[in-house]
Amino acid sequence: GSLTKLAYYSTVQHKVAKVRSFDHSGKDTEREHEPPYEISVQEEITARLHFIKFENTYIEACLDFIKDHLVNTETKVIQATGGGAYKFKDLIEEKLRLKVDKEDVMTCLIKGCNFVLKNIPHEAFVYQKDSDPEFRFQTNHPHIFPYLLVNIGSGVSIVKVETEDRFEWVGGSSIGGGTFWGLGALLTKTKKFDELLHLASRGQHSNVDMLVRDVYGGAHQTLGLSGNLIASSFGKSATADQEFSKEDMAKSLLHMISNDIGQLACLHARLHSLDRVYFGGFFIRGHPVTMRTITYSINFFSKGEVQALFLRHEGYLGAIGAFLKGAEQDNPNQYSWGENYAGSSGLMSASPELGPAQRARSGTFDLLEMDRLERPLVNLPLLLDPPSYVPDTVDLTDDALARKYWLTCFEEALDGVVKRAVASQPDSVDAAERAEKFRQKYWNKLQTLRQQPFAYGTLTVRSLLDTREHCLNEFNFPDPYSKVKQRENGVALRCFPGVVRSLDALGWEERQLALVKGLLAGNVFDWGAKAVSDVLESNPYFGFEEAKRKLQERPWLVDSYSEWLQRLKGPPHKCALIFADNSGIDIILGVFPFVRELLLRGTEVILACNSGPALNDVTHSESLIVAERIAGMDPVVHSALREERLLLVQTGSSSPCLDLSRLDKGLAALVRERGADLVVIEGMGRAVHTNYHAALRCESLKLAVIKNAWLAERLGGRLFSVIFKYEVPAE
Amino acid sequence: MGAGRLGAPMERHGRASATSLSSAGEQAAGDPEGRRQEPLRRRASSASVPAVGASAEGTRRDRLGSYSGPTSVSRQRVESLRKKRPLFPWFGLDIGGTLVKLVYFEPKDITAEEEEEEVESLKSIRKYLTSNVAYGSTGIRDVHLELKDLTLCGRKGNLHFIRFPTHDMPAFIQMGRDKNFSSLHTVFCATGGGAYKFEQDFLTIGDLQLCKLDELDCLIKGILYIDSVGFNGRSQCYYFENPADSEKCQKLPFDLKNPYPLLLVNIGSGVSILAVYSKDNYKRVTGTSLGGGTFFGLCCLLTGCTTFEEALEMASRGDSTKVDKLVRDIYGGDYERFGLPGWAVASSFGNMMSKEKREAVSKEDLARATLITITNNIGSIARMCALNENINQVVFVGNFLRINTIAMRLLAYALDYWSKGQLKALFSEHEGYFGAVGALLELLKIP
Repeated sequence: GSLTKLAYYSTVQHKVAKVRSFDHSGKDTEREHEPPYEISVQEEITARLHFIKFENTYIEACLDFIKDHLVNTETKVIQATGGGAYKFKDLIEEKLRLKVDKEDVMTCLIKGCNFVLKNIPHEAFVYQKDSDPEFRFQTNHPHIFPYLLVNIGSGVSIVKVETEDRFEWVGGSSIGGGTFWGLGALLTKTKKFDELLHLASRGQHSNVDMLVRDVYGGAHQTLGLSGNLIASSFGKSATADQEFSKEDMAKSLLHMISNDIGQLACLHARLHSLDRVYFGGFFIRGHPVTMRTITYSINFFSKGEVQALFLRHEGYLGAIGAFLKGAEQDNPNQYSWGENYAGSSGLMSASPELGPAQRARSGTFDLLEMDRLERPLVNLPLLLDPPSYVPDTVDLTDDALARKYWLTCFEEALDGVVKRAVASQPDSVDAAERAEKFRQKYWNKLQTLRQQPFAYGTLTVRSLLDTREHCLNEFNFPDPYSKVKQRENGVALRCFPGVVRSLDALGWEERQLALVKGLLAGNVFDWGAKAVSDVLESNPYFGFEEAKRKLQERPWLVDSYSEWLQRLKGPPHKCALIFADNSGIDIILGVFPFVRELLLRGTEVILACNSGPALNDVTHSESLIVAERIAGMDPVVHSALREERLLLVQTGSSSPCLDLSRLDKGLAALVRERGADLVVIEGMGRAVHTNYHAALRCESLKLAVIKNAWLAERLGGRLFSVIFKYEVPAE
Repeated sequence: MGAGRLGAPMERHGRASATSLSSAGEQAAGDPEGRRQEPLRRRASSASVPAVGASAEGTRRDRLGSYSGPTSVSRQRVESLRKKRPLFPWFGLDIGGTLVKLVYFEPKDITAEEEEEEVESLKSIRKYLTSNVAYGSTGIRDVHLELKDLTLCGRKGNLHFIRFPTHDMPAFIQMGRDKNFSSLHTVFCATGGGAYKFEQDFLTIGDLQLCKLDELDCLIKGILYIDSVGFNGRSQCYYFENPADSEKCQKLPFDLKNPYPLLLVNIGSGVSILAVYSKDNYKRVTGTSLGGGTFFGLCCLLTGCTTFEEALEMASRGDSTKVDKLVRDIYGGDYERFGLPGWAVASSFGNMMSKEKREAVSKEDLARATLITITNNIGSIARMCALNENINQVVFVGNFLRINTIAMRLLAYALDYWSKGQLKALFSEHEGYFGAVGALLELLKIP
């Protein structure tokens, strides 16, 4: 049609922090201040999918862009789809010296649509006119089929999709985006699509359209008719002696086209008994105006039976599909992908102050980047009802007060993060410069989110944290806390034997409480929370015992400890799945003693840590070293590791939060194989910001210390309030 | 294409006649009782369903207790007919968004006695309407549609078909006042939205009581009736054979002997689509605001034309493929994956996204493209409705189709092509007048 969308696959070289145990052979004692392991920074290559779109008029510039980025590749074939694939075939072949493989448009669209629906959380949303913001994101549904895809490009195609590979073109219409643009240009002498939409958003269609009240006079009320319904589009313009404003004509045209498309979509949805209809194509392209009119039309014609759904990345579907088709030998469908918030432009804003110029800019050049994740991600098999699982506790898109607070909170914490990033790379000459770039980028993202909270789907504390991690990675700060974690792990490991000894000295019931308090105290050590990082920064010797003293006395803010204790008096669990939080004191003095107690009870333990670094969270590779070192000191852990009663796995995530619907496939398999019947989630990020309301099919423990005064207050407590939530699923 | 030029200058008889017709005021004498008939049965207004564009479908409507009766005319029956018969003049009115359609029954069996008794104003109305083919500057009598020697309520006569723009309604009401219509104690049966809109004006300006009728009821009644009486010995209903081939295309009569179920697509300013299962059982399936008003309105804006006839005439000389983006413009040929032929329109007005192409098209091309766009869209919605309702004969009516062979042939072709021969597009000679006929039948209480 009129926009070119380009997808390319690249390998991105960036730095990652690796940890490696020292070679201890030949040494039997450790020196007091030697770090427990070494850290090295290595270059790592990961795969990333890039999607760019721009207007066809820039095709040559685009080809130059591809050419520049294709140096040193062995690519011989480029996949192209859409009508333009035919039109620009020669140009592309000549310019790039690549063979053009034309891919079928609709096959590509469907492949792309399936891909984004599966891989991008909050990809689909409904548009609600009077809510703020107007977008309501859908949680990813595990069963995406069957659905109807209505692609509104120059014309309209309606496709019924039944499975990954089975779909059927069920109809179409020539009245589409091209009609709005072409006819609109004729009527208003306005050349640009975006300007036409802008005109339309200011117009009054009732000056041009013949409404029911024009035909019936005032009687429509007594007849129970809505006088505002359009009886005849452009019905009032059938006169020679009246001028009509551009705005009014554009609005009338927009209504005419949107209503027509909505009506056809409903007729097809009814014929095929489908209630999910996704709209895509450049006519929609994140334009609130068209989403509003299409939604209105669908609601009107289906009487609310059909839902109009939109996609954040609708403009890229064809390009993504073409790419996927070309990459079939290295099937990207076998991987999981994650949206890179740092590299992606957000959804268009509905804010009126955004003029057409800005719209045009983002309309002509827009980016989406998807990182290929190392391993496929799947649902935690223990979720009670995967389709209704929502990881995040508070929807900041919805909750303006919370949004304001958290955005400010992240803005205020930015200085500290920048400082820490610089400090983490003392030997790098350009660290300060990169950190400054990071600050700019993240600051801009935060400002965008202030204006358009829906830019990356539902705004949550999790997405704010993840965006920060993506931005840090973007500027080669793969793990700003690596040194802090290393130091803390060293300190904590030295304390481990003493802590275990004092626990073992306690009676059974006392010990259970002490273990839980240990878990909670360890959780105070969290660099993610500003209140704590301030204390830690000023007083690095803030100790374990001191942390315990800081904890709220029982009864805690949420306190089901008695039920938990009662449960412990019963038979042991078969297998516990524990999601660990922080490095250092938390994992070593909090989690491991707790794990040890479970092992002693005869419960197997799966300890799940992040695949990649996030804040001071313990990573899987760090946990391996830590476990190995603890095994060296403790026979219980030692034998459990050897006998595979204690298993260390990675979550597949690099987020300080936890999405139980996107977990490492290996973890899920293990949970199934071992028959896990207890899930322990600790930390504010994993148990409060996310999963606080998560319903599981087995017993669960959610523990956290609220280290944020605002959140504590909101939950009805104060700073360092304790959450201890023990849940047993209903029979 | 055979789109005739009917926008020719019209005779201006109206004014002269009107002035000569202002003296009548006596009681009508056509009826022995000399009394005005019982007020006509009023339809409950709440039962009305919008017949207009974008309104939602109605529920299936059943009508019970319709009239029935043998055609054998006994003496008694004639007598009762005489009693039931309303006073002349017999009008049926359909006041649409753009056009007013008026049918007038001219009795040809007036006896000398009757003629003598006929009040002056009634006579002058009859003369005025039947001796002219144009009224004022905008009123037109479609002479070619006149139905001759019709028997209605035991009277023989001719049925005349007259139309004028809705914006001239005030002048029409004024004329009724000038001619002292109210003295005739006649009842105006009117349907269409305008029956509601102008009701008050009829009463206060013309001292005339309107009997408002549901427009869908009238439409269906009118169609069934007109189809049953034929067209002066010819068939009312027709279809096109080889509609895409200008050489071989033929308009052929169609015998609507099994009318049900029937999808009825009424294309006026907007479009209403009805599924008709029997005379009294139908539902409004849907409607669209993209109708005749859209075609004409857009043509006015794009070409500066001033009449529907002019718009059609321009369209007949234009080339829409310069304006529309075809499948072959995008794919270089057919789009085989989905079986889309290269000639199909992929994007209406799609070529107009380009400045060069905008500069290269003529007004005629734009008029043609507008016509094709609106027509194809109606065809497509009608086809979907036919599929959803499981109906395979589709009758297109409404004034959009008047002298509009291009649209009719396109509808015929599109319906046949996209349904792979499953659907048949039918048309009717009196395309726009069924509502008005239905209103007249209501006046005469003909079931």
